Amino acid sequence: MAGCLEGDCHFQSGNLRAKKRVGYVKKLLESIGVAGDRIAMYNLSAGMGPKFAEIAKEMTEKIRELGPFLKKSTPGAESAAPKTTSQASGSASLAVA
Amino acid sequence: MIMAKPKPIDEIIGYIGNFNKIMVAGCNGCVAVCEAGGMKEAEVLASALRIYFTQQGRQMKIDELSLTRQCDKEYLEEIKEKIYDYDAVVTLACGAGVQFMAEMYNDKFIFPGVDTCFIGVTEDQGYWTERCQACGQCVLATTGGICPIVRCSKRMLNGPCGGSASGKCELSVVAGHDIPCGWHLIFERLKKLGEIQRFGEPAGDKDWSHSRDGGPREIVREDVRP
Repeated sequence: MAGCLEGDCHFQSGNLRAKKRVGYVKKLLESIGVAGDRIAMYNLSAGMGPKFAEIAKEMTEKIRELGPFLKKSTPGAESAAPKTTSQASGSASLAVA
Repeated sequence: MIMAKPKPIDEIIGYIGNFNKIMVAGCNGCVAVCEAGGMKEAEVLASALRIYFTQQGRQMKIDELSLTRQCDKEYLEEIKEKIYDYDAVVTLACGAGVQFMAEMYNDKFIFPGVDTCFIGVTEDQGYWTERCQACGQCVLATTGGICPIVRCSKRMLNGPCGGSASGKCELSVVAGHDIPCGWHLIFERLKKLGEIQRFGEPAGDKDWSHSRDGGPREIVREDVRP
């Protein structure tokens, strides 16, 4: 998750709220046995291209080190669950890197 | 409104571990407002459960939906066919909604996904506090609009008790945070209203049969019954 630099967010405190949400997702993932490191919050501006590349590389290496998301091979188990009709579009779901 | 907080996910996993098809049912009423049991929370919980059981090598069907309310039959009836596609339901409604669903679908396992806490208000985003204990006989008219049943830690009808200091209840020490003395609040409010003489008029005995002491309560309004 990439947000603006702290104190410099177009959405005022949006990046600080996002940071809290990322903390919540980390704890939620850990509570179901998934490494919380699979999600992280970074702050950088639109003009920090090299920093973005550095972060992307760091995150990719971290995920590669953690290995495949599924501990056991059960193809389609997650996607097999059909979605119900009353799901609100655009609402929150778990963001797992 | 009724306030609730999400149950720890491992507790919910413990309820449903022996089933294969789970419906997570949110409620768009009170629990949605206090961000414990609306559609968003139903989606997050269902997603987390799918991830967990997939990690465990289980192929489970876990879907989510959210009803307008779970304390009214007409909304619970919206799932009268769909519910039979599932072995069990985790409902994120308050305790009333959980029970009403279990009564309507009494051949289904219905599990609570939240802990129902109190009747209260939204002080700020993410911060809710208690205001009413539904005692059944409101005394707010004589106490400056501040409820001694809920705001006084000892539910005293004639306070303060003598244990308060600087406007704080003595139970603040136990709670680990400041609890305003309910009767101090009442005194200050009556003073502001110029009604301080009410403080010298002791409240009589309260008829607690209107509260929980008479068993589960009911209201029958013949004027609005069909």
